[in-house]
Formats: sequence, C-alpha cells, structure tokens
Amino acid sequence: MFAFVVRRIVQALIVVFVISIISFAIKNNVGDPIRQITGVSVSEKERDELREKLGLNDPVYIQYFRFMKKAVQGDFGISYFYKKPAVDVIIAKAPATIELVLVSSFIIVFLSVPLGIYSAIYPKKLFSRFLMGGSIVGVSIPVFLTAIVLIYIFSIQLGWLPSYGRGELVNINGWQTGFLTVSGWKHLILPSVSLSSIMLPLFIRLIRSEMMEVLESEYIKYAWAKGLDKYRVWFVHAFKNTLLPVITVGGVQLGITIAFTILTETVFQWQGLGFLFMEAVERSDTSLLIAYLMFVGIVMVVVNTLVDIIYGLVNPTIRVTGSGK
Amino acid sequence: MMDKISKFRSSYLWYSFKNDKFAIASFLVFMLLLIIAVFAPLISPYNPYSPDNIFILNAEMPPFWIDGGSKEFLLGTDDQGRDLLSTMIYGLRISIMIGIGAVLLQAILGIIIGLISGYVGGKIDSFFMRLADVQLSFSYLMVAIFLSAIFKAAFGVGTFGEVAVPFLIIVIGLAQWPQYARTVRASVLAEKEKEYVQAARVTGFGSVKIMWSHILPNCLSPIFVLSTIQVANAVMSEAALSFLGLGMPVTRPSLGSLINSGFEYIFSGSWWITAFPGIVLVILVLSVNMLGDWLRDTLNPKLYKG
Repeated sequence: MFAFVVRRIVQALIVVFVISIISFAIKNNVGDPIRQITGVSVSEKERDELREKLGLNDPVYIQYFRFMKKAVQGDFGISYFYKKPAVDVIIAKAPATIELVLVSSFIIVFLSVPLGIYSAIYPKKLFSRFLMGGSIVGVSIPVFLTAIVLIYIFSIQLGWLPSYGRGELVNINGWQTGFLTVSGWKHLILPSVSLSSIMLPLFIRLIRSEMMEVLESEYIKYAWAKGLDKYRVWFVHAFKNTLLPVITVGGVQLGITIAFTILTETVFQWQGLGFLFMEAVERSDTSLLIAYLMFVGIVMVVVNTLVDIIYGLVNPTIRVTGSGK
Repeated sequence: MMDKISKFRSSYLWYSFKNDKFAIASFLVFMLLLIIAVFAPLISPYNPYSPDNIFILNAEMPPFWIDGGSKEFLLGTDDQGRDLLSTMIYGLRISIMIGIGAVLLQAILGIIIGLISGYVGGKIDSFFMRLADVQLSFSYLMVAIFLSAIFKAAFGVGTFGEVAVPFLIIVIGLAQWPQYARTVRASVLAEKEKEYVQAARVTGFGSVKIMWSHILPNCLSPIFVLSTIQVANAVMSEAALSFLGLGMPVTRPSLGSLINSGFEYIFSGSWWITAFPGIVLVILVLSVNMLGDWLRDTLNPKLYKG
C-alpha cells in the first residue's frame, strides 16, 4: 500500500511539473513582454538593454527556474487588465466557482443516488424506462443550451429568476458568499441546475448499471438466501459496492465539471474562475491564463490522487497487485 | 458481393437493428442530416458565405409564420441578415465535418498507440497509459479549451479564422485519443495471448503484420461502438468551443457559433437564432448517441467507463 501511495504521489508531481513547463512555455512564447512594457516609441538598443535586465537572454532552463521560484511563492506576475497580482485575482474569484460546483454536486448526488438505485431495482417499471430515455436526451443537450433555455423560460418569459450575476453578496474574511442572502440563492438556482444537467444523467446511468451488476452477484444471492430484509440488502450490501466505481468516475468527472463551469459561467456572467478565464483569453492576459492553468491543474491533480488513494484503501484488490489498473 | 449481403442479412446485428424501432429511427434521422450536410450547396436556398446575401436591413427577421416574417426566409434571418435556414444547413455541414474528421484523427492516433502499448508493453505502455490517465483526468473538453485558448492567444483572431476547421479537428482529435488507446489496448491484451497470435508468431510474421492484420480485426467491435459515441462527443466539443468563441468564426458559423451569436439577441426576443440551431444540434447528437447505445447493447464490448 505504501509503495502504491508513493507511486501515485510521484506521478502527481510529474504532472504538476509538466503543467508548469506548459505554463512557462505560454508565458515565454505568447506575446513579447518587452513590447507590452515599452510600447512602440522605444529604440532597439533600449529594448535590448531591458531584455538583458529582465533576464530574457538567459538560457531557457535558468528562466524556467526563476519562473518556478516565483511560482512556488505564488507569484505568476501581474494581470495586465486587473493591475493586480494574478494569484490575488484568482483567489478573489474562486469562491464564486466553488459555491457553484458545491451546489450542483449536491443536486447531482441527492438526485442521482435515489434515482439510480430505483431504476436498478425496478428496471422494468415505467418510471425507470422514462428515466433512461430522459437521461439519453439529457446527455445530448449541451450545457450552454440548457442554460439558455432556462434563462429564456424563467428569466425572460416568467421573470421569476435573475439571468446573470451573483446577486447580493456577504463578505466573510474576503470570501464573497451568496449563501447568506435570498438574492444570492435566487441567482444560484439557474446556473447550478444547468451545471448539473449534464452530469446528472451520466451518474444515474452509471449508478444504475453498477447496481444492476452488483445485484446479480453471488454474495447478494447469498444475502437473499439468508433471508435479510430487502432494504438491508439493497442499501447496505449492494449499494456499498456500487459506490466504488462511482467514486473513481466522480474524480474523473471533476475535470469535466470544471470545464463546464467555463460554459455555465459564460452564459450567466457568473463572476467566477471560468468567466475570468474566458476574459483572460479574449484580452490575451497571459499572467492570468497561466495562473488559472496552474490553479485548476493542481486542484485536479490533488483530487485525482486523493481519489486514487481512497480507492486503493477501500478496494483491497488494488493493494495486492499494486497498480491502479 | 451478393454473398456478403446475404451473410449480413442473416447476422445478429441486422436482426437486432430490424427489431429496434429506436435504432431504425435514429439511423434514418442521422442519414437525413448527413445527406443534408453533404449536399448543402444544392439544398440550401441561399449561400450564406456570399457577401451578396448579407443585408443588415434584413437582420433578425422572425420565421415566416410570425408577424414581420416573410416566405423568402422560412426560418427567419440571423443577426447579419442571412437566411437562417441556409446558414444552419452550412453550419450542420461544418459541425458534421469537424465531428467525423476529429474522430478519424483520434481513432488513428488511439489505435496506433493502443496497439503498440498493448502488444509491446513495458516502458512504452506505461508511458502512454499514464499520459492517457492524466489527459482523461483533465477531461477532453478542458484539454480542448486550453489548446485552443493558447493557439488563439498566440496567433491572434485573424489567422485563427482561416484555419478554424483543420485546427478544431486537430484540437478535438488530440484531446480525445486516450479513450481509443485504452479500449484498443485492453482488447489487444486479451487477444495477444490467444493461440492464433502465437501461431502467427511461430509462422514468422513480423510484429507490425501481426498487430495490423491479425489482432486489429478482432478488436473492431469496441472500436466501432466507441466511434459512434465519440462522434457525438466531438460534435458537442466543437459546439462548446464555438460557443465560447474559440471555434468557428461568425463568418463561417457552425451550429455552436450560431447559438452563440443568437444568445446575444435572445433578450430582445429573437429566440429563433438560438432555438433552431439548438434543436438541430440536439437532434444530431441524440441520434448518434441512440445509435451508439443500441450498438453497445448489441455488440456488448468491454468499454472503459468514464
């Protein structure tokens, strides 16, 4: 088990290293920093001097070490647009995205688990068939289209819910939360429903198929033969083993969820990281771009490594063979 | 030829297709969309790429059954005064072109990498599989968004517009190869221990020959199923990228960029610019997904989850 954990952590470090090289390459190659600093009316000689002074003529690996030294201290440079350190901008916008992901994760978990279990236990019932049909339609509707349709129905036609922004926020030690005001919650409904709309059908299908597989297995038959209560068999014996694959897939889906926050936040002008990222792309704000890339990259690496290790702890077969596959 | 047809007609695949109403319906719908896309220049009433057809005075005209619409533009016009129906037909063509192109690219990449990883094993195998793990953990959409954001920042919007189609094919292809590589590798691992492979090896065939003409044909059914699902994924990715403004430019819109340009006008009541391309996109993806579902149930290969 120890070797397995060490191997996973080494792998995570390699990935972070690769991400840092990509970030460094972007910073070095996209846009000329001298031109951005000086403007047009500066002679070639002065430019060369500035280039020398900023260390842009040093060998690439020295520049990379300098970049990493700053990056470890949380310094990715100044955002051209916000005129603030890129990390500060990221930290200021992160709560919006975290709250959005949190609420939609709740929606996904609290709906997909009961619905998935129900349609696995009663696969032939009308409601289960309806769920399966609905879920294939659900995965076929792009998340931005769901968002637009929701805006059209609930904001434009009915006028019940706001269509953009986060509403009134309460500042708790720099964490701008929308959880404490009615308007904050109202603004959260449409974005979080759209964000969960694509994951929900996937999870219902996944839980259903895993659960159906488990229900066919020997130990469940044995549990029935023992004469256990049906709820105990379903929810304790069967569901516990359904959770394993769901955890791993859940870890992988986090990447997709973050990708979808970019789409959702763009539609709802939700002032979070995804919206910030698209703004940074449009303005070619490289410092902000790489800060986002590193932030999201590290979050995903940490989550995936944790999920792998938890999976290894829960599932003994992996510990024995010592590999993740 | 007749022999092959009669063999196909007695196969389980054909039998299951014949008896599945949903499979037939989604196949017909997909074929119809494909035909419309291929023959777009013949079918569409106007050519949306010709500057003659851009009249700002005609902009945002509603469909013909609503007041203010005209029979000239059946589904109304978009924000630039182009006939929405024609623009959608050409947009469908671009979406399908990118979807199929990206799947071809990722299939080629994934099959080659998967074959080599599975057959050769060792260091090469663990390198590619770790790479696939990492890429999958970032999700194909995230990788595609990052790649195109970087390209866009590096080359500027002007050049980006000209090379958008091949560029999107490459970006989506590069972002999605791991699924193929994993699936192919898994079936290669199962096949390579079988006796026919050992027989081929004993006969003295080279590794490439064994991989290509002995193992690969036996791995085709998972590849087949995966390809259907991946076409749907690629079309969705393209739409997402275009919606974010990282894909097709407004001058040559795909369905995604049409939805994006319509979104700006939805608050002023011009719902049709978003709604019709949206419906076409959903029907396209849904028909491909349903075909994929049916294929998976019928061929029942071992696919990787997630």
